[in-house]
Amino acid sequence: MQLSILLWGRSLAVAIIACLCSPPLLADGVNDAALMAKRPARQLSAYGLFVDASHQQPSDGVVPYDLQVPLFTDYAKKLRFVYVPPGTTATYDDTEVFAFPVGSVLVKTFAYPADFRAPDTAVRLIETRLLIHQESGWNAWAYVWNDEQTEATLKMAGKVLPVEFTDRQGAAQSINYIVPNKNQCKGCHSFNREMTPIGPKARYLNKDFSYAGGVANQIDHWRDHAVLAGVPAGDKLPTTPAMGDVGATIDRRARAYLDINCAHCHRLEGPGSTSGLFLTYGENNKTAWGYLKRPVAAGRGSGGLAYDIAPGDADASILHFRMASTDPGIMMPEVGRTMVDKEGLALIRDWIKQLK
Amino acid sequence: MRVFTKMIVSISVVWGLSFAAVAQLVVDVSADGDFQENLQEALILAESGTIIQLPKGKFNMLTALSLDVADITLRGAGMDATVLSFAGQVAGSEGLLVTSDGVWLEGFAVEDTPGDGIKAKGVDRISFKDIRVEWTNGPAATNGAYGLYPVESTNVLIDGALVKGASDAGIYVGQSQHIIVRNSRAEYNVAGIEIENSYFADVFNNVAMHNTGGILVFDLPNLPQMGGHSVRVFNNKSVNNDTANFAPEGNIVATVPRGTGLLIMANNNVEVFGNEFAENASANVLLAAYPREYNDDNYNPLPRGIYVYDNTYGRAGWDPDKDVKELIAPLTGLPVPDIVWDGAVDGFWSAFFGPDEGDRIVIKEAEGTTFANLQFVKDLILPWGADPATDITDHAGKRPPLAQVRVAQESAIAESTD
Repeated sequence: MQLSILLWGRSLAVAIIACLCSPPLLADGVNDAALMAKRPARQLSAYGLFVDASHQQPSDGVVPYDLQVPLFTDYAKKLRFVYVPPGTTATYDDTEVFAFPVGSVLVKTFAYPADFRAPDTAVRLIETRLLIHQESGWNAWAYVWNDEQTEATLKMAGKVLPVEFTDRQGAAQSINYIVPNKNQCKGCHSFNREMTPIGPKARYLNKDFSYAGGVANQIDHWRDHAVLAGVPAGDKLPTTPAMGDVGATIDRRARAYLDINCAHCHRLEGPGSTSGLFLTYGENNKTAWGYLKRPVAAGRGSGGLAYDIAPGDADASILHFRMASTDPGIMMPEVGRTMVDKEGLALIRDWIKQLK
Repeated sequence: MRVFTKMIVSISVVWGLSFAAVAQLVVDVSADGDFQENLQEALILAESGTIIQLPKGKFNMLTALSLDVADITLRGAGMDATVLSFAGQVAGSEGLLVTSDGVWLEGFAVEDTPGDGIKAKGVDRISFKDIRVEWTNGPAATNGAYGLYPVESTNVLIDGALVKGASDAGIYVGQSQHIIVRNSRAEYNVAGIEIENSYFADVFNNVAMHNTGGILVFDLPNLPQMGGHSVRVFNNKSVNNDTANFAPEGNIVATVPRGTGLLIMANNNVEVFGNEFAENASANVLLAAYPREYNDDNYNPLPRGIYVYDNTYGRAGWDPDKDVKELIAPLTGLPVPDIVWDGAVDGFWSAFFGPDEGDRIVIKEAEGTTFANLQFVKDLILPWGADPATDITDHAGKRPPLAQVRVAQESAIAESTD
């Protein structure tokens, strides 16, 4: 007891000193020292990633980006940013995540507009997640926004937050949004047991983005702004089609969806390797991507069904069954959602239906 | 520092280590405030080498717990005194997930998880000591799949566990190496204890009763680790396995007949001795090939090099279920013999002259032990079919014993106390 009072007193003293030294709202660029510190900052503002965090206006050198196919997280709107320290660059890769230098940070803010029919008004920031590349590897921290939307505070053990919004169809939704803890982050962000980013791959970034200075291809922009090096000149870079791109084959759209939503676990190097179900975009072994593949340790996740994918029959396919569930003992992905991705489910349903 | 997480630093002197005093950080997780947050925060912030202690009491968990720090002991006040209840869990597909090396779990219970109880994935040195995992409503298809679930792990120790009500396997070790499962009880699960796609396992001094099948040794296709081998099942009691199969269809264990004492499916080099099999209504011991179609050139579906000796057999086979009822009993009659091998072999030569010596099924049991080789392959080849062969002396012989399994976490203790 005495010890804890002592420690509490000490942290209070540190907090007071910290307040005197650095006024939290006066941001003058990214605080590299804070990013590299062994202990995460208590407040998001300490990193200086935003000039106006409430409105998600990034600091110099913090570049917004977007992905062709996003990972579904209960319909949350996601605002993404990348930062690499001055004088360094990430290295391009054709299939895997770009190699980011130590000191880089990937920023993702999860937000809900009050009404998805007006997605840019009355947006409530829920949490901002940082993936920071430190000397010891990537580290993940989640900062939860206060009701006033002026500051976000570190939540080490995760949090369940009630969120209400009106969906695209005009229906009122009320969910228990789950802020992950550090370990749950690794549940997805893991490659050969090392924490790793998921999204910044060539095939997801290779699309246009509306920058303040005009529309440009993201990979071109990253290269031109010294975020990324090693982009092959003149080559046709890999792409995946957007979910709703009816010009692309349903096979490519479905495999892209499964790739971004499932393959970070469901690959030989990922946490879901034990299942033998591998859903990366380039997986060519039919049994491995689920075609007439039997479940291994699905338990009641099998839904009494014999195959992960029963060609032509979505209702007889475990993949479809688990995507359609919100029961924690059944649903896939295991974390990151409490709702069903209706559009994603419909895409997978149509895809399985036409498989022969 | 969270005010509600009380930290106590204590010096524990381990006398066995000559003169060395080992300082160990002990963190007591407080029952005050939000227990789940206290515990999860302790699991994240713990430094390697810490002992995290759980208080007595029953605590309700909303989401999965996880541990990713190496060399941690998580210890409760006993499997009946410290209970983590997941009956109200809203997120996470297991109760506790361990992904770091050198983790020792001891003296607590996990109850009523919608998914698996405790999962350890990719861990070197994972120990479960006196842990209980239970679905308190009894057998039900809505129960989670696995109780204790180490997978893709090495140096797995399960000692003194009690697992009840799993809708797949109570104690399940999958795609792992160097495994000890001992002194444990598995009751009212579909499979009591299951070793799957694993190498070097010793399963002994356990009691499996009132499951659908008591002990299973399986190898399945299309997985990163296949070719299960070097498994010893000895001095166990697998009796009264009388619970109707309640596994969801699609899972391989949904095919296990009610009243199976031991089922070895595929695998190479399995030694079965000193066990007691009794009151298993389908069969005491089944040796079978993987029964389904598969698409995997690297997979061998046959049980090979099986050595069954010096076990005791009580009543069995009087009321068979599933395949034993439909495929085996019509050939053998009732009661189904104590030991049944399906006789699936790799081709024509083996079907008529027996498998190579190293692949043989060798049986050395007390007189009166009943046996049938169903000769499935011969039956397929010969136009007039083949009857079961019931002469147990066809399988007489001896096999060199498999080595005892040791796990690194115990070797370290043994060395330090020598």
